[in-house]
Amino acid sequence: MDDIATEDLSKSYPSGWPGRPPFVALDGLSLTVRRGEIFGFLGPNGAGKTTTLKILLGLVRATSGRALLLGQPAGDVATRRRIGFLPESPYFYDYLTAEEFLGFYGQLAGLSRAVTTQRVDDLLQLVGLGEARTRQLRKFSKGMLQRIGLAQALIHDPELVILDEPMTGLDPVGRKQVRDLILSLRDQGKTVFFSTHILHDVEMICDRVGIVMKGRLVASGRVDELVRQDHIQSVEIVCQHVKVEGNAFIQSLASRVLQQGQQCLIVLPSPDAVDALVDEIRRQGGRLLSVTPHKASLEDLFFHEAAQEASRVPAHMTSGRAS
Amino acid sequence: MGAIGVIALNAFRESLRDKILYNLVLFAGLLIGLSVLLADLTITEHHKMIADMGLAAINLIGVIIAIFIGISLVNKEIERRTIYTIMARPISRTFFILGKYLGLVLTLFVNMAIMLGVFLITLWLYHVPIGPSLFQSVQLIFIEILVVTAIALFFSTFSSATLSAILTLGIYVIGHLTSDLRGLTSNSESVAAKAVVDVLYYLCPNLEMLNIKGQAAVGILVAPEYMMFASLYGLLYAGVLVTGACLVFQQRDF
Repeated sequence: MDDIATEDLSKSYPSGWPGRPPFVALDGLSLTVRRGEIFGFLGPNGAGKTTTLKILLGLVRATSGRALLLGQPAGDVATRRRIGFLPESPYFYDYLTAEEFLGFYGQLAGLSRAVTTQRVDDLLQLVGLGEARTRQLRKFSKGMLQRIGLAQALIHDPELVILDEPMTGLDPVGRKQVRDLILSLRDQGKTVFFSTHILHDVEMICDRVGIVMKGRLVASGRVDELVRQDHIQSVEIVCQHVKVEGNAFIQSLASRVLQQGQQCLIVLPSPDAVDALVDEIRRQGGRLLSVTPHKASLEDLFFHEAAQEASRVPAHMTSGRAS
Repeated sequence: MGAIGVIALNAFRESLRDKILYNLVLFAGLLIGLSVLLADLTITEHHKMIADMGLAAINLIGVIIAIFIGISLVNKEIERRTIYTIMARPISRTFFILGKYLGLVLTLFVNMAIMLGVFLITLWLYHVPIGPSLFQSVQLIFIEILVVTAIALFFSTFSSATLSAILTLGIYVIGHLTSDLRGLTSNSESVAAKAVVDVLYYLCPNLEMLNIKGQAAVGILVAPEYMMFASLYGLLYAGVLVTGACLVFQQRDF
């Protein structure tokens, strides 16, 4: 069962000048997010992440294509009762106190007064703002605003939570808290769809990811599958008492060699040459200290896709904004 | 409470927290100060002058608040991106616009009620007779403010705050002048001038119809039929504009 499904979703904005082609923010984006998973939506700034989220929530209308949330067309008012949303760098009604703010969103979601009061108490504790409940939001720090924003997204206990750059502006402690919160949402059976450009967070918590570049989905799947498919790997070998300088055989195998006193670091571009190098080290009477295979990271994949996209620059996507 | 009520009460709360009602202190000072001044300067007509000044002050302050809050009513939500979290809730765009409008109307109602209270106390202090004509005038001032608020709201759904202010102010001024302009151009030989004035006459609200301050200040009671007609006209005009605002807002991307 897919909680989010988009099919050939496109969005273009008029350039505002006659004769100039429109700016394409999304270009035939198709993706699915399964029930109960954490899906990371990756992409550089301006790739179309926020535009996608806005279309899903009915804030922006797609130029063409189809988007379904919880089986209903994107923008369906009744379905929004089952969705929680945190926008990027949220601005809130800063004249409200934390509890008034959450109460307002609880009432908008149609919760009764008693349920709202209980949920406000629970969520303020959950996001660590119990002490600040009577403080106006204009006196909140950026990290506190991000946390109260998360609380408003969860006030009505939604099935699907959509977060736009939830870790932005948070310190390492705050980011860990948000990561833990997202994981706990999955444990409760909720679906989490979040956009980010912080790859480390995605690798740590996401079940699946999608990478969007210039409005197109260029990769989608489980992190380990995506990384394995790409075959970008290297091996680092550390050894002692081996003379690498002038050794043409080692130089021909290695992509990088670093000699520091008796110790030497040799980086091989693939695991194929490990045996040959180890034999050479032994032949020279050297001592092998470590062999560390480096699996390709999501970051490698991300840069690889970015480089591929950079070489493909359609004429209609040369300027403008996407998020 | 429905979603419209939640939005309206929040808009009212925003006005209170942003200290909009502080203008009442200005109003009270202006009214009492002018009354003292006029009572000293005029010999025979100071009752009329005090009543006239009071009604004009209520009207002016009400219109200023209607324009300057109305123009940012929707625009501010979009610029500050608070609209994202609101529109992600199970609330239709129409309900949002209605809630915002009613929230400002509630603010203006409370504002006017307090101004009216200060006005009546001033009249009583200066022994000015308080007749029903004064209440008729205040009723039509409130209707006019509803129309002006709707104009400001309509423009705020698709233009910047500055442009909305200019357009609303422009229509407010034209709305008070269309009858006079039509009278002036009736004898004109220019077909174009007549056509332009005719378009403005039928398109812009006839706000002069809602202005009975002159009669009220001297205690002349207006016919109930006129009150009914003028009120319905104003409410209908405001209703059309709010509907227009809803239709424009439906089509917007954020």
